[in-house]
Amino acid sequence: MTKYLLYMVQMHLTFRRAELESLADLYNIKINLDSYDEQSPFLILDLENDKQAQNLVKRSILCKAIYEYWGEGENYDKLHENIQNGDGYEGRKLNCKSNTFKFEFESFGGNHKKTMKDKINTINQFAYLELDGEIDLKNAQDTYTLIETYDLINSHETSKMASHIYFGRLIQRSDRSAMDVFDLKKRPYKGTTSFESELSLVSCNIAQVKPGTIMYDPFAGTGSFLVAGGYYGALVMGSDIDGRMIRGKGASYDITENFKYYKMEQQFLDVMTMDFTHNSLRSNLIIDTILCDPPYGIRESIKVLGARDPTKFEGKEDIEINGEKAFLRKDYIPTKKPYSLDSLLDDILQFASERLPINGRLAFWMPTANDENVETIIPLHENLELKYDCVQEFNKWSRRLLVYINRGDEFNGPENHGTKRSTTNFRDRYFTNFN
Amino acid sequence: MKFLTTNFLKCSVSACDISNDNFPLQYDGSKCKLVQNEDIEFRPEFLLNILDRIEWSAILQVAADLGNTSLPPNKPKLNINVDELTEEEQIILRDLHTLLLQTSIVEGEMKCKNCGHVYYIKNSIPNLLLPPHLA
Repeated sequence: MTKYLLYMVQMHLTFRRAELESLADLYNIKINLDSYDEQSPFLILDLENDKQAQNLVKRSILCKAIYEYWGEGENYDKLHENIQNGDGYEGRKLNCKSNTFKFEFESFGGNHKKTMKDKINTINQFAYLELDGEIDLKNAQDTYTLIETYDLINSHETSKMASHIYFGRLIQRSDRSAMDVFDLKKRPYKGTTSFESELSLVSCNIAQVKPGTIMYDPFAGTGSFLVAGGYYGALVMGSDIDGRMIRGKGASYDITENFKYYKMEQQFLDVMTMDFTHNSLRSNLIIDTILCDPPYGIRESIKVLGARDPTKFEGKEDIEINGEKAFLRKDYIPTKKPYSLDSLLDDILQFASERLPINGRLAFWMPTANDENVETIIPLHENLELKYDCVQEFNKWSRRLLVYINRGDEFNGPENHGTKRSTTNFRDRYFTNFN
Repeated sequence: MKFLTTNFLKCSVSACDISNDNFPLQYDGSKCKLVQNEDIEFRPEFLLNILDRIEWSAILQVAADLGNTSLPPNKPKLNINVDELTEEEQIILRDLHTLLLQTSIVEGEMKCKNCGHVYYIKNSIPNLLLPPHLA
């Protein structure tokens, strides 16, 4: 086993741990999180080899990088002492002796600009490493990284001196830059319901979207999750009851245009105008991953096929236009009726339990008001294990990513379908500013 | 709508679920406009992965609806390991790729063989919504 230093972002904390665990599980890597600390962006992990470290971090959004761990200290003297007394130090030194190299500086909690002279002075203190290789700032074989952490001394100032320093050799940077690639600002086709890039990519990681599999978003909207799923190599398909969203605005503003823009055309299967609750996907089709942000009535109302007042539509199926049944014509627009959120979530869980393979994941977003005195009731299904409940807090409300694993008929977990879980209508609360 | 998707879609009417005639939908060849997109690259791993989930008899039916009767009567049994594929198997996979992923129905209509409801495809997007008396 080798010690590695994992450097993570200090935000989206419940997502951060879920992403780390999910990626470890995806690549069959055993990690011990006993020393995982929510308050710290650092974690020291024992892993079998560099390959494991690379796999753990290469598609992570909420990690920054992973390093071979060389040492740490509360000041530079202690750091140098710790590095040279570290277990396996001589071996590490020998291993890297003749490689080309460079040094990088990172800081956490403060940003104290160093002059080039300061940096060179600091680097020269590492002469004891006896690195014989050439310095190469562009394509170094080894990148040694110093991460300095600073503390807050009051509400608006950080300490002048680093309070702790880590030192390691870079093994793998994370894929955090994918956030910018998929930034909504640059996306050709988007809408009011488009989901931001960072958490849509994280959602795919926690849902373990894999190359060569099928991912389905039953509330695809403008296709934000489809794009993220395609990025991780799945063949993606989506449906939405609102055909306007998936059709887009003419030929150059639609979901397929986004896939062309990202050069991922081959990942896109289809989007369909379809009511999730009147689903046309054959029931024996295995879907590897289901990921969605269902409508909660804020930007999109909860509607399904059918008539609000069926008596009004009695006999209308017999109406003919030019000798053709009206409802069979190409321009027919079906009526829709409101549906309850509880029923919709029950339907999603039931659908997932029927279509996911064993160990396949369902992930969906759910908003809740923060100030409610009543407990948020998470929907549960007897075949599905609730694996994660990740919370993103806003001022007066929050949204959660709920992640379930299909464990099959024998699982017999707790269930609460058919019960009324939401005591107040989230939409009403939202539009009255949670007063 | 890609040809592969025809292998996934049944009639939306839930009453048709008890019938065996709700899948595949019956495509009206005279009204379906097909397009080939050769930019979609060939990925044998993915096809091998997906082959298990394909209902071959439905592929044959829809292909025949659209005027292609040259497919083998049985689902090709292929070596699971991509590196061990024979030349002949490679050719089969390429043909499948052309059919399933490069061929799309951009305009057309299809019908449930059980209830007779007609669905349309416009601008490559199938519309599977139902009128209230069928919902």
